[in-house]
Amino acid sequence: MSEPLIYELSSPGRTGAILPEPDVPEFELPAELLRKELPLPEVSQIDVTRHFTRLSQRNMSIDTTLYPLGSCTMKYNPRINEDVARLQGFAMLHPLQDAKSAQGAMRLMCQLQMFLAEIVGFAAVSLQPAAGAHGELTGILMMRAYHRDRGDHKRTRMLIPDSAHGTNPASSAMAGLQVVEIPSDSRGNVDLDALRAHLDDSVCGLMITNPNTLGMFEEHIEEVVRLVHAAGGLVYGDGANMNALLGIAKPGEIGFDVMQYNLHKTFSTPHGGGGPGSGPVAVAERLADFLPGPIARVKPGSENGDGTNGQPLYEWHMPSKSIGRMRAFWGNFGMLVRAYTYIRVHGEEGLRAVSQNAVLNANYIQARIKHIYPVPQGERHCMHEFVAQGKFADAPGIRALDIAKRLMDYKFHPPTNYFPLIVPEALMIEPTETESKETLDSFVDALLAIAAEARNTPEIVKEAPHTAPMRRLDEVRAAKELVLCCRLDTVG
Amino acid sequence: MSSMIDPAARYLKSHEWARVEGAEIVVGISDHAQDALSDVVYVELPRVGATLKKGDAFGVVESVKAASDVYMPVGGAITAVNKALEKTPELINKAPYGDGWLIKIAPDNAAELNDLLDATAYGQFLAEEEH
Repeated sequence: MSEPLIYELSSPGRTGAILPEPDVPEFELPAELLRKELPLPEVSQIDVTRHFTRLSQRNMSIDTTLYPLGSCTMKYNPRINEDVARLQGFAMLHPLQDAKSAQGAMRLMCQLQMFLAEIVGFAAVSLQPAAGAHGELTGILMMRAYHRDRGDHKRTRMLIPDSAHGTNPASSAMAGLQVVEIPSDSRGNVDLDALRAHLDDSVCGLMITNPNTLGMFEEHIEEVVRLVHAAGGLVYGDGANMNALLGIAKPGEIGFDVMQYNLHKTFSTPHGGGGPGSGPVAVAERLADFLPGPIARVKPGSENGDGTNGQPLYEWHMPSKSIGRMRAFWGNFGMLVRAYTYIRVHGEEGLRAVSQNAVLNANYIQARIKHIYPVPQGERHCMHEFVAQGKFADAPGIRALDIAKRLMDYKFHPPTNYFPLIVPEALMIEPTETESKETLDSFVDALLAIAAEARNTPEIVKEAPHTAPMRRLDEVRAAKELVLCCRLDTVG
Repeated sequence: MSSMIDPAARYLKSHEWARVEGAEIVVGISDHAQDALSDVVYVELPRVGATLKKGDAFGVVESVKAASDVYMPVGGAITAVNKALEKTPELINKAPYGDGWLIKIAPDNAAELNDLLDATAYGQFLAEEEH
């Protein structure tokens, strides 16, 4: 792979754009603000187009292949989401413009809050957090504020099962709480005895991922919630795995107090380079006053319309005991539009079908491979994902990493590996709902072929990938010798 | 998959070993632990002179796969840390019971060592974990 950096394609004076005539008066910038050297790449449009197209073709993405990256819900991003997000009325808004001139956007936010509250059975929602872990931090800060508001200052510990998402301990520590790990039992549930042993009046709450990172629905979830509440703690639900529960189970009705969504997982907004994340938080009634704001709402008294065209008037509102702002402006609004579109396109039955198919697809793969790949919880039905192990007793040199790399030769994105940490040589597989049986079968066939290779021609697996743009990377060197920025004086 | 166990050391279920050397106790992670972590790329160790209780996390061992806390086998003051690990953390993979040691402790109560698993019990514990 020898695609040069865009800076290396630069040639002095080459240009790819013609700037329009200014439509505002020209203004001389103060001399001290002007730089003599501005090392930006000078390239033509066709060079830029080819450069980034070539890079994109070397990538594996949901648009080119099954992307079973467990825990990440790499589902298809429907194109209609993009159409709606590009509507002028949404795309051309300025975050500082007057609320009266952004009523449509605020109406969308209000309705999205309502949908998100309804789907999980909670009382209120804030759309501010910019990602899942940001939503976690928001939720924990609200839990902390709730206890302090009651004059209870000794609740400094957060209980977190070892099957929780890896971000949960980090978010709790960032909020100043002490993390206590709770082990899992042999069926992949929270160990109730261990939970009881840690419950006292120093517990702020429990942070639980359900379904958990083993892809298992907690069989004792109601008892877990009851125990934590009885000790005066609150229950935080990590909503990253909501793709298993849409239209089927409501965390709010199970007794959870707060949960974050990951719109970039469950509601099909792009991950990573395709756009920022979005992690709205939903809360039970007793936490509603603590939500971060401002939040869009219908101005009290205007329900029947003193906005325009008989519509209610929407306004920004700060909850009475709000933990404050968690983000500048109004959240990642473009993502809110996409998630809203996804919900409206699917409707109630459609969302339920999303979860049913996500669970069905994961179980189909699990059933077809569990006699070849060890699946520690293989006797149970999984939810939207499951954890297999990339190891075979009769192929001792082969590890999960080798299998993940070899899958790339079969043109599949590898599953998550080495997470969750509680399963040695973990391969965490989440196909999502959008894959056909034919695609699932070809993925399973690849896994079975690799298992045979592991025994018969292990060197092919050990040295994979063979056909990817890059061969096996040196992970140790990548972790130890970080090159985090390009020195411009060394290129060009 | 059998890993090496130093018969002279005692062990925590979290896979640290502790070995008496004179008045000090030397601490590292077991061969099983380094194998499970795979290539170690970074180690965070405490300040010499710090006093920690038994069971406290005293540092972090980070590999290409995971970052793991490491825990005090006994309470006491840190008398030395393995400075060689700053540049060459792979010593933990190469010699987990030797040059890959992590810290030395002046124990408050050396009898706490008796609470740990001996080599035989640790071997049995590993065998059970495999199943």
